[in-house]
Amino acid sequence: MAETSPLLSLERCTVRFGGLTAVDSLSLQVQAGELVGLIGPNGAGKTTVFNAITGVHPVTEGTVRFDGHVISGLPPYRIANLGVARTFQNIRLFKGLTVLDNLRAAMHQDSDYGMFRAAIRSRSWQSTETAIERAASELLAMFDMGDRAEELAGGLPYGDQRRIEILRALATKPKLLLLDEPAAGMNPSETTRLMALVRRLRDDHRTTILLIEHDMRFVMGICDRVTVLNYGSEIASGLPQDIARDRAVIEAYLGEPEGNAEL
Amino acid sequence: MSATVERRGIFAHYLRPLVTAMAAAAVLAGISALVAPPRVSAYFIQIAVIAGCNVILAVSLNLVNGFAGQFSIGHAGFMAIGAYTTAKISVAVGDKWLAPYTTAPYGTIATSLYLVGLMIIGGLVAAIAGLLVGLPSLRLRGDYLAIATLGFGEIIKVIFLNTPAVGGATGLKDIPQFTNVFLVLGAVAVTVIVIRNLMSSVHGRAILAVREDETAAEALGIDCAHYKTAAFVIGAFFAGVAGCLYAHYLQYIVPRSFDFMKSIELVLMVVLGGGTITGAIVAAIGVTLLPEGLRQVKDVFHLTTDPRMVIYAALLIGVMLLRRDAVPKALRSKRAGGGAHG
Amino acid sequence: MLQQLVNGISLGSMYALIALGYTMVYGVLKLINFAHGEVFMVGAFVGLGAMAVLHLPLVGALLLAMAAAALLGVAIERGAYRHLRNAPRLSTLITAIGVSLLLQNLGVIFLGAAPRSYPQPISSDPVSWPQDHLGVVVSLQQVAIVLATGAVLLILHLIVSRTRIGKAMRAVSEDRQAAQLMGINIDRVISFTFALGSAIAAVGGVFYGIYCRQADPLMGLMPGIKAFVAAVLGGIGSIPGAMLGGLLVGLVETGVSSVTWHITSTVTLTGSTLRDGVAFAVLILVLLVRPTGLLGRVGREKV
Repeated sequence: MAETSPLLSLERCTVRFGGLTAVDSLSLQVQAGELVGLIGPNGAGKTTVFNAITGVHPVTEGTVRFDGHVISGLPPYRIANLGVARTFQNIRLFKGLTVLDNLRAAMHQDSDYGMFRAAIRSRSWQSTETAIERAASELLAMFDMGDRAEELAGGLPYGDQRRIEILRALATKPKLLLLDEPAAGMNPSETTRLMALVRRLRDDHRTTILLIEHDMRFVMGICDRVTVLNYGSEIASGLPQDIARDRAVIEAYLGEPEGNAEL
Repeated sequence: MSATVERRGIFAHYLRPLVTAMAAAAVLAGISALVAPPRVSAYFIQIAVIAGCNVILAVSLNLVNGFAGQFSIGHAGFMAIGAYTTAKISVAVGDKWLAPYTTAPYGTIATSLYLVGLMIIGGLVAAIAGLLVGLPSLRLRGDYLAIATLGFGEIIKVIFLNTPAVGGATGLKDIPQFTNVFLVLGAVAVTVIVIRNLMSSVHGRAILAVREDETAAEALGIDCAHYKTAAFVIGAFFAGVAGCLYAHYLQYIVPRSFDFMKSIELVLMVVLGGGTITGAIVAAIGVTLLPEGLRQVKDVFHLTTDPRMVIYAALLIGVMLLRRDAVPKALRSKRAGGGAHG
Repeated sequence: MLQQLVNGISLGSMYALIALGYTMVYGVLKLINFAHGEVFMVGAFVGLGAMAVLHLPLVGALLLAMAAAALLGVAIERGAYRHLRNAPRLSTLITAIGVSLLLQNLGVIFLGAAPRSYPQPISSDPVSWPQDHLGVVVSLQQVAIVLATGAVLLILHLIVSRTRIGKAMRAVSEDRQAAQLMGINIDRVISFTFALGSAIAAVGGVFYGIYCRQADPLMGLMPGIKAFVAAVLGGIGSIPGAMLGGLLVGLVETGVSSVTWHITSTVTLTGSTLRDGVAFAVLILVLLVRPTGLLGRVGREKV
């Protein structure tokens, strides 16, 4: 493969909370267009890696680069505006807003009107609003959720909430999508549907995806590459089938009461 | 649909709203003429003016507490800044400057235009205060933010109490009475329209997102600090406008009128209103009329003191206990636009 | 200068007594009990009634005031705050403000707004030794206040560190859910915390009434705010912090008062209002610079 610079690159990143080292000198790279899985036992530091990338928690040491920019140290909203979107482990939808508004809230980058123009309902307000509404409806249609548009996000069933959260992240038209346990709490058929969807996102929309998952079928089924973390550092990285046979990985998972961990 | 908008051009786009506005203004002017003394008692007008000011205050506070989800309990401080700044200008300069125009045939138009200008000035000064309060408040959450805003409100009051230039504890007197029903209704209309339009926009949704979940909002690229500050500044602006109208009707202001009790009264209106604009309007009018109704109660029960505060307090507690699942009714609204409408 | 120190410490002790209640309740409930100042006020009035009407000695009055305040505190918790355990923070804050206003105004309605003179079971005469040897006026009252505060602190420390309920209190402040899972009866712990904090505030109330020679229904307002400042300054949730904060606030206030006294002759400044403004300014400064206070701990939100 040609020597292109990765879309996302973590360079010897360490994240410390007081006395606890959650991520230990981790180096990780994701090329544009890849679908990479990040797995590891509970407490391995996976979500912390996401938090470090998105700026929610600063890296204590090391650098994070994205799309040519150094993003470690930037506030989260700036990183998001550069093209990084994420979902959360325990779903952080805007529960009090409708599904449509959750999506529309994400679509603010294309608006070119300020608050003053909003106050007087200028023409740019009108055209932007129309465009946003249309784009949001299209997104909902992509997941067959058009009929949910006016419902309160907080009232949706769990699986729908997860899907809406993914849609909302997509609404920002990201270059990199970070999915934190997207299949958590889903039954096998929902998981299969989700797998197809995530694959479609990468194939049709050329979104680079980095995901955290415990469901091995999910990870093995769609990821190009898998990196395994334990105690904050990488213990293995490579093709899914190789990872499944790796000694160190199996040992790390031994004793883990993971119902889904069929390696 | 956007193609149609393009073709209509600037003139056409604003034409309809402009015509509507002018028609509304004509209606308002008609109402005001009818409502003017001596046909209607001065008492009634006072209630109307105060109610109008309270509506502006409640709707502006609703932006901060209801929509942005912040905890501002010092809103009366911004009202005070608007009131004192504009009153001082009128007393020191405005009165003399306007003297040749007030007796002319269209005197009311002159004073009204002057007051509109003054309202904007008062609003801007209050907005600056809003910025000064909002910026440091960015790092504070919940209860701490509330205490800080309470503190700011009190400090503003203490400053005015100790400033002889605006009368200190004895207050500022002889403010010319330029406020009339027309101006108040107009200001109310502008406030409501501006805030409603703001909420039906990208910025409004960002503000709601800040209320719902800041971490998620940041992850979507929303600069929460920017919007929290904006909410404070805009809220403070309209509070300043209300202060100006208030001062130029009552003609006499004391720092005590803008103390914590007033702030609590405004919080009560927002809370009763359930976090929506319409709710805030209705609650503001209701709470303004409450003391009048209470006057009857006082006589019936032969109470020596005004039971108003007890009732406010009981209402606050009652509403909170009844609505313990959520503060803003907006959370239950299903209308597109993020439940910003009531 | 030494005089300021003495006055500051006595004033600060009373603030500390109130601050303890704020900090303890915040520790277990993460709630700023706005109504705490009113509990202080009620304690003072019960003490007044006990001494003036029932002719009880100081000790008896204190006990009665503590009991009454404890009952009131628990009643407020059971009646209002308990139902809002899972409500949004703004709701509990507004409810607390509501309870505070309710108590204040009920007090005004039933007791009249005018201050009543407070019995003086301890004389305000200066103690001879400090006056003769150090030139400092230390009244017997001030000595009593400091001694009482010390005693309260000692007892509180023993309760918190040696008894089971004290341990439970600490557990609930650390992690309410974990404590519940360990079998601790949260409701009882919270009620106990309220009772304890209120009783301590009542002690402060009685002494404050004695010190100021009067009591009125609105007396809880400013001391309540200042005690809250003290609790935040020392680190809300930290008992030693409340003590430290109380003393600091008392010292600063005494210092500022003497300063404005000198300025008053040249500018028309009202000392008391400026004092109050200073209290708020200090509060805001603390919140901005070091929100967790001097002895508090930083909390973190989990994403």
